[in-house]
Amino acid sequence: MKQQLENIEAAAKQALADCSSIKGLDDLRVRFLGKKGELTGILKQMGGLSAEERPVIGQLANKVRSDIDAAISEKLTALKAKEQEMKIRSESIDITLPGKPQSVGKLHPLTIVANEVKEIFLGMGFSVADGPEVEYDYYNFEALNLPPNHPARDTQDTFYITDNILLRTQTSSVQVHVMENQKPPIRIISPGRVYRSDAVDATHSPLFHQIEGLVVDKGVTMADLKGTLEQLMKRLYGEDCKIRLRPHHFPFTEPSAEVDVMCFNCHGEGCRICKGEGYIELLGAGMVHPKVLEGCGIDSEIYSGFAFGLGLERIVMRRYNISDMRLMYENDLRFLEQF
Amino acid sequence: MNLSMKWLSDYIQEEIPVKEFCHRMTMSGSKVEGFETEGSSISKVVVGKILSIAPHENADALFVCQVEIGAEAPVQIVTNAKNVKPGDLVPVALDGATLPEGKIKKCKMRGVESFGMFCGLETLGLTAHDFPYADPEGVLVIQEPCQVGEDIHSALGLNDTSVEFEITSNRPDCLSVIGLAREAAATFHVPLHLHTPEYHANTESISEQLTVEVQNAALCPRYCAGMVKNVKIGPSPRWMRERLRASGVRPINNLVDITNYVMLEYGQPMHAFDLRYVKNAKITVRNAAEGETITTLDGTERSLSPEMLVIADAEKPIAVAGIMGGEYSGIMDDTTTVVFESAYFEPTQVRLTAKKLGMRTDASARYEKGLDPSSTITVLSRAFELVEQLGAGEVVGGIIDVNNVGEPKPPVPFDADWINGFLGTNIPERDMLHYLNELQFTVENGMVYAPSFRIDIECKADIAEEIARIDGYNNIPSTELKGLADARLTPSQLFSRQIEQSMVALGCYEVAAFSFVSPKYFDKIALPADSKLRKPLVISNPLGEDTSVMRTTALPSMLEILARNYNNRNESARLFEIGKEYLPTTPDQLPQEPARLTIGMYGGNVDFYDLKGVIEALMTQLKITDCRYERCGEECPFDEKSAFHPGRSAVLYAGDTPLGIFGELHPDVQNNYGIGVKTYAAKLNIPEMLEHAATEISYQPLPKYPATTRDLSLVCDDAIPVAQLEQAIRKAVGNILEKVTLFDVYKGQQIAQGKKSVSYSISLRSHDGTLTDEQADAAMKRVLKALHAMGAELRM
Repeated sequence: MKQQLENIEAAAKQALADCSSIKGLDDLRVRFLGKKGELTGILKQMGGLSAEERPVIGQLANKVRSDIDAAISEKLTALKAKEQEMKIRSESIDITLPGKPQSVGKLHPLTIVANEVKEIFLGMGFSVADGPEVEYDYYNFEALNLPPNHPARDTQDTFYITDNILLRTQTSSVQVHVMENQKPPIRIISPGRVYRSDAVDATHSPLFHQIEGLVVDKGVTMADLKGTLEQLMKRLYGEDCKIRLRPHHFPFTEPSAEVDVMCFNCHGEGCRICKGEGYIELLGAGMVHPKVLEGCGIDSEIYSGFAFGLGLERIVMRRYNISDMRLMYENDLRFLEQF
Repeated sequence: MNLSMKWLSDYIQEEIPVKEFCHRMTMSGSKVEGFETEGSSISKVVVGKILSIAPHENADALFVCQVEIGAEAPVQIVTNAKNVKPGDLVPVALDGATLPEGKIKKCKMRGVESFGMFCGLETLGLTAHDFPYADPEGVLVIQEPCQVGEDIHSALGLNDTSVEFEITSNRPDCLSVIGLAREAAATFHVPLHLHTPEYHANTESISEQLTVEVQNAALCPRYCAGMVKNVKIGPSPRWMRERLRASGVRPINNLVDITNYVMLEYGQPMHAFDLRYVKNAKITVRNAAEGETITTLDGTERSLSPEMLVIADAEKPIAVAGIMGGEYSGIMDDTTTVVFESAYFEPTQVRLTAKKLGMRTDASARYEKGLDPSSTITVLSRAFELVEQLGAGEVVGGIIDVNNVGEPKPPVPFDADWINGFLGTNIPERDMLHYLNELQFTVENGMVYAPSFRIDIECKADIAEEIARIDGYNNIPSTELKGLADARLTPSQLFSRQIEQSMVALGCYEVAAFSFVSPKYFDKIALPADSKLRKPLVISNPLGEDTSVMRTTALPSMLEILARNYNNRNESARLFEIGKEYLPTTPDQLPQEPARLTIGMYGGNVDFYDLKGVIEALMTQLKITDCRYERCGEECPFDEKSAFHPGRSAVLYAGDTPLGIFGELHPDVQNNYGIGVKTYAAKLNIPEMLEHAATEISYQPLPKYPATTRDLSLVCDDAIPVAQLEQAIRKAVGNILEKVTLFDVYKGQQIAQGKKSVSYSISLRSHDGTLTDEQADAAMKRVLKALHAMGAELRM
């Protein structure tokens, strides 16, 4: 009987070795371990054994059963793994085929950069102030120390609706509204559209965007202006960005400055892009003229302030190497898709 | 303003390299646009002496010349010039020379070797005004003192450098050589060598030969006149012509050149009249009479009006004050007696007159910014000095000076601490005083007195600027703002951001459109004739009709952009714009400027429901919950409905507030824009959307009990809107209704003509326990009954 058990085990191992499918494995399990299987058949004969032999054979039979069972399980795992591997192999696809199209959209480059500049200023404690684009002469000019017939009015060719109502030429008009309605401390930027009667060409548009800033408080200095602009430029163009202030004239600030940023191309050496100057003009700034403060009901003996204004288009064009401003208002998808 | 560096050296004697000069002048406030060294495009051109001229053996029009050029052997040059003879000095471009037009190389001309060429004025980039004696067509025969073989730059004086300044409108004093020299002296901290003009007039008296009457002293606070007789008109000397040329002024004749020279030097314009044409030798400064005209020096007849100031003789205007003289009374070759005018005119009047007459001159550009009224006499003296120096005439004794100039501007307090506090600097007081002194300011008893030419100085901040710019803006430290500020976006700014982000997420590209449009847009979108949108704000001075009115509706801008993309062969587009409309109120009030969202789509099989899907998703994102959609009927709140297909457009409401209009374009409108495929557009009002956007979100507990779902296919008249079916279902189910989802609409073979099949999935759920089949069945029975009442039956 012992011999029989050993034969069964040997036969089972041989059959297992020959088996190559999960179905075949099930058959083997029935053949050897099933209720009518070979091993069960042997065990049924156990009754005829002596009391001494029974535990020995029983033990052996159990060992044979568990060995076969383990061998089947092991084989099953191996076959399953193989089957999985075959399946995975057969499921391989061409991953270079394109994905299923999804609708995507993007913001206009002007919005992307405007949002970025707004974030920078929000971080520096500036709120964002909006104001009307169609504006009274007073807010656009007079309150900014540009009385009627001031020669500097000529430099801002203005679109008029009536003698007294115009399309704002600068978002400084918003600053006047803010100063009239809010007591210092004031810390705002006023982004928005402005209008000047320039014919459309690669670098001019009758409509463009400005972002102007205004700070009014006790003890605000020109050094604060310089520090603030340096912060802005570093965040916009990187830590190694350098600026310089150059004296200039604006009627609404005194002292006034034009602010140049070191040429990105030549780093101050002078090249074709910066016309040999090493610096590129980027914005105008200055200390708020005492007349402007007084006109808005702010005592210029107690408070001082600074203001600055930058052209958004200029920053966008530089950022993305856009050489023609018209592209931004033509809105061709092939342009819009690039940002 | 173009500055001749040679001229500057009269006043600043230190040698300053031109690049450094340009840089530091820019950094102290006189911005340099660029500089140009005369003759920089010319090299290897020398003075040659023609030794002999022989005919060319193969060409009648050519001559073979032997030319001495200072080198050991003469060179042979073939020329076609007919205005030269042996012994003449001429510019010779040698083999390898550079000229403005290009390089010169030796070559064979009709078989005879030529080792260079002779140059005419044009070849050297010069004109007849520079060398009035030269034949403008032929070779320049040099009459200047020079050596054979000398480089042409020094021989002809082509060695000045001209620096171009951009002078700001507050500094008319810098529109002059002396003004810029003054700035240079302060910038480089070097002495300024000013010169006091001297002249010897004759013993006659001008007041016996000329009278001056100023009728409008407000517009002409000062008028000075001087006289020169026995005038000899001729070309001015080379040094003067060179300086004028470097300053960008064309030399004319000695008398005219003197007035221009003095204007460039002092910034004070002058005018010269021929006394013969000053009727009765009487000058009157007065307003023009109604209907008067004058033919100005440029030969144009100008109509004058009474607000304009003129210089008149006894009968008629002989100059427009401060702008241009009359042609008739100008200097001519036979002029013998000249009246010099040096005056101060009120700036605004000059500016308005120049603008109205459409003529801006070098003189008006200076007068209109405001000049120094105290310089008029000095300037006349300088002109007299030059007249005598040039031998151009005999100065008549005396000057007529009608002076009504008021008090000078009051001084400004000087407070070094305030200035440092304002600038954030630490400049020592003695440096400040030094800078002010260099700029010719005086400080006495704590007050700063600005020089009379500094019309821009009015307050403490002006003094601070003078000190800051001379000390150097880049010496100002950089500091951080002190104190905290509460910065955040307003709800409407945040809402706008949310719309941007949602639209991008919904697959739309943002566009930027102009705010002004063509009034033709109204017809293009077929607006009714009586629409209030047809009454926009009109720009009184537009660039062109295309940009002449402020848009009252944002829709056409979007359609224009869609059309442009279509024409550029972009197959499909999904676009949005956030922008304003400009809605007029009353004529003397500002318009309203409400923000609008427009959406536009074409191509890629889009249909009405794609657009509606975007709008629905947007409403979900913006938390606008009580939306409903209605057909654009008679009472449509949007005049733009004319742009849409009446059967395929809708008005979106939140509650009773119309939020916007959208749909398929009317075929006519689509055609007006030249778009060849079906196009969809929407216009939504952002302020109304913001008003209906939920600001607070309250969490709803997740359901505890399972839902029961029943599907339902109905057949009903095609004309019944599904919204009505859904409404009936909701009402019939009652509070156990969780969701009604439409999943199919079918029209076709198995369905009778004029009918449609509509399929819903209805989800039922109770918060109190698991629904029983009986409860669900009862609900569905109510639904079927309600639908039956509307003519909708279960599809078998």
